[in-house]
Amino acid sequence: MKKLLLGNEAVAAGLYEAGVKVVSSYPGTPSTEVTEFAAKYDEIYCEWAPNEKVAMEVAFGAAVAGARAFCAQKHVGLNVAADPLFTASYTGVNAGMVILVADDPGMHSSQNEQDSRHYAQASKIMMLEPSDSDECLKFIKLAFELSERFDTPVILRETTRIAHSRSLAETGERVEPDNKEYTKNPQKYVMAPANAKVKHIVVEQRILDQTAFAEKEAVEIGLNKVEYYSKKIGVITAGVCYDYAKEALGDKASYLKLGCLYPLPVQLIKDFAAQCETVYVIEELDDYIETHCLKNGINVRGKADFTLIGEYSQSLIAKVVLGEEKPTIKADIDIPVRPPVLCAGCPHRGLFYALKKAGVETVTGDIGCYTLGASKPIGMIDTCLCMGASVSSLHGRNKANPEKANKTVAVIGDSTFIHSGVTGLINIAYNKSNSVSIILDNSITGMTGHQQNPTTGYTIKGDPTSAVSLEKLAVAVGIPESNIFVCDPYNLTDSEQAVRKALDCDGPAVVISRRPCALLKYVKHNPPLSVDKEKCVGCKMCMRIGCPAISIKDGKAQIDSTQCLGCDVCSQLCKPGAIG
Amino acid sequence: MNKSVMIVGVGGQGTLLASRILGAVLLKKGYNVKLSEVHGMSQRGGSVVTYVKYGDEIASPIIEKGEADIILAFEQLEAARWLEYMKPDGKVIVNTQKIDPMSVVIGDAVYPDGVIDAIKAAGADVLELDALPVAVEAGSPKAVNVVLIGAMAKHTGIEKETWLEAVRECVPAKFLDLNIKAFELGYNI
Ligand SMILES: Cc1ncc(C[n+]2csc(CCOP(=O)(O)OP(=O)(O)O)c2C)c(N)n1
Ligand code: SF4
Ligand code: SF4
Repeated sequence: MKKLLLGNEAVAAGLYEAGVKVVSSYPGTPSTEVTEFAAKYDEIYCEWAPNEKVAMEVAFGAAVAGARAFCAQKHVGLNVAADPLFTASYTGVNAGMVILVADDPGMHSSQNEQDSRHYAQASKIMMLEPSDSDECLKFIKLAFELSERFDTPVILRETTRIAHSRSLAETGERVEPDNKEYTKNPQKYVMAPANAKVKHIVVEQRILDQTAFAEKEAVEIGLNKVEYYSKKIGVITAGVCYDYAKEALGDKASYLKLGCLYPLPVQLIKDFAAQCETVYVIEELDDYIETHCLKNGINVRGKADFTLIGEYSQSLIAKVVLGEEKPTIKADIDIPVRPPVLCAGCPHRGLFYALKKAGVETVTGDIGCYTLGASKPIGMIDTCLCMGASVSSLHGRNKANPEKANKTVAVIGDSTFIHSGVTGLINIAYNKSNSVSIILDNSITGMTGHQQNPTTGYTIKGDPTSAVSLEKLAVAVGIPESNIFVCDPYNLTDSEQAVRKALDCDGPAVVISRRPCALLKYVKHNPPLSVDKEKCVGCKMCMRIGCPAISIKDGKAQIDSTQCLGCDVCSQLCKPGAIG
Repeated sequence: MNKSVMIVGVGGQGTLLASRILGAVLLKKGYNVKLSEVHGMSQRGGSVVTYVKYGDEIASPIIEKGEADIILAFEQLEAARWLEYMKPDGKVIVNTQKIDPMSVVIGDAVYPDGVIDAIKAAGADVLELDALPVAVEAGSPKAVNVVLIGAMAKHTGIEKETWLEAVRECVPAKFLDLNIKAFELGYNI
């Protein structure tokens, strides 16, 4: 049956049809929905893991045990899981194992623009890339077959526009293979040097076999595809760039669409290039295919005409290849930008204000909704590098600059803390750091669209489970109980006091700022507040917290009742008591 | 002939539901459809855009400058921001609601005057409507998205019954009456 499916939904449907039994992932835009959709199938065991490394190892364990298994992550998540990735390439699998990685060209929701294709090459693991939802479904199923046939994990790469576009996909029935038998085989599964030396040779042979597959069989089954129209222009491309190129050039060009990104064929590309007058490699991000062509003496044009930066599009291709541009019209006004902001009623807001009041000068930040605390008018975050870095880099900072330690804190969300903040906290305790770590516990993984995590007490399917106690965890790693403070960020005085006390502590301290995310369904809100125009003096104190529900009209504050959640934070700033 | 509709607004205004309803309608009419959505960061009050393309065969899932036949804007400033993406002879359907970006709220920028006039001066064919009071009349300010879908439906040449069917499929049962009312009110503007 044909259905209009989101790319990520189609991947999940493919997991179902391929008889996958175990899925373990850590969320990350644009990969998150794959696992959320997979969790809707009762036949698939699905979970959120604390981080990508754990998730990949769970999938590996399941695949070696004999069941088809899968994990998904965003591009930077693969950095976290890179350790198991490189050696799983050596051990291979038993039942099929597929790893999804979603790149984010243009950085819609990411902190860098890395190109995951290099991981396939570096770890010597086969990589497939679909161009629409139908291929998402087909390729994921094919990936499992190839994984079993070549005894290797297989990576399925998406980019944002494939993951988050809907197009028609042909769905089918689930075929559930019996678990494969597991037999002890240390030469295969114990990667000590003696065994790994033998396995490396196997891996190199596997690449040769897979290259032969990419040259011929992949073409027969439509994974690598050659389409000849006009041979004046030849386009070598993959993924969403194939869609862009087809739209821009139609039958003015011929296409070699590569569905298998690693290993890349050589002869297939040579033969195609030989047929065409001018050959372009059209690929977003790095010159991955182009470098392969040039290395093999295939004359192509690529990054010199295009760009290493940002997303491609049909119009970029039309401009570069044909020199054509579409006419446009433009409104002749200055349009202010509209970046994202913390939601009205967001619990993070009060804590940031408390930091300011407590005299905090420097905040090492982390990744999550609270990263938005870097923008004006809050402007409290100094750094944001990668998940967990707030806590670990705070320690480095305080060792470098001990006299500033009582004016410096780290802020980290609950999900991020479990992901990789806790190891930084262990380091702080172990290495006697005078550091204050603040856990913003909103009881959910907010930024990626509200996923459960080990602190929330619920699984991905919504079933109740154990919850990590952040207080006890902090004690267990060596933070003195007397140095742990819990506050409610809706209460500004309480929160400021908690931060002050933590900064005054001897030795490491932790503040847990606890209040569930305002968007959670179970959270009950107070009625919206309003401004008494008579009492408002127009001082704009309430505007300092950057709540999108508050604005100024005719010199007085006003509150948008459709947005306000009655959190009462703004009224605590209003000296004349005009908000109520 | 392939057609392109862009739905633009502010994260949280419900543009995703609107595009889903439109997608469902187009499928019912037997078109090939591609829809591209924004998830993640910009859903937190940022500028958001959804692309809907339909026709015989659609290659690219995104709409580029000078390509949209219709821009359905949930907010004035967003209509102006994305105007370049419209074909010069396209149509803008714009909700006259104004939502200040944070830069305006804190006084770092100003919300320009005469946004809709500037869009018209650029030569665009504009249909403006104030969807918020209509949504309130239907029962909730949150139904702005369905009011706007109703207003657009009138200009697509696709019969109303198909639209209503799609609304029924796409909204949760508990809000169905509200949304049907919002659609009808929008359609009849
Ligand atoms: C290695 C890595 N994995 C995943 C992500 C995607 N990601 C960004 S923020 C975030 C979690 C945020 O949750 P939390 O720390 O609880 O903060 P909240 O957004 O709820 O405030 C995730 C998973 C990432 N940026 N890096
Ligand atoms: S989703 Fe929740 S945590 Fe994120 S900004 Fe909104 S209220 Fe805050
Ligand atoms: S009470 Fe004030 S700060 Fe809280 S959501 Fe309403 S307007 Fe915003």
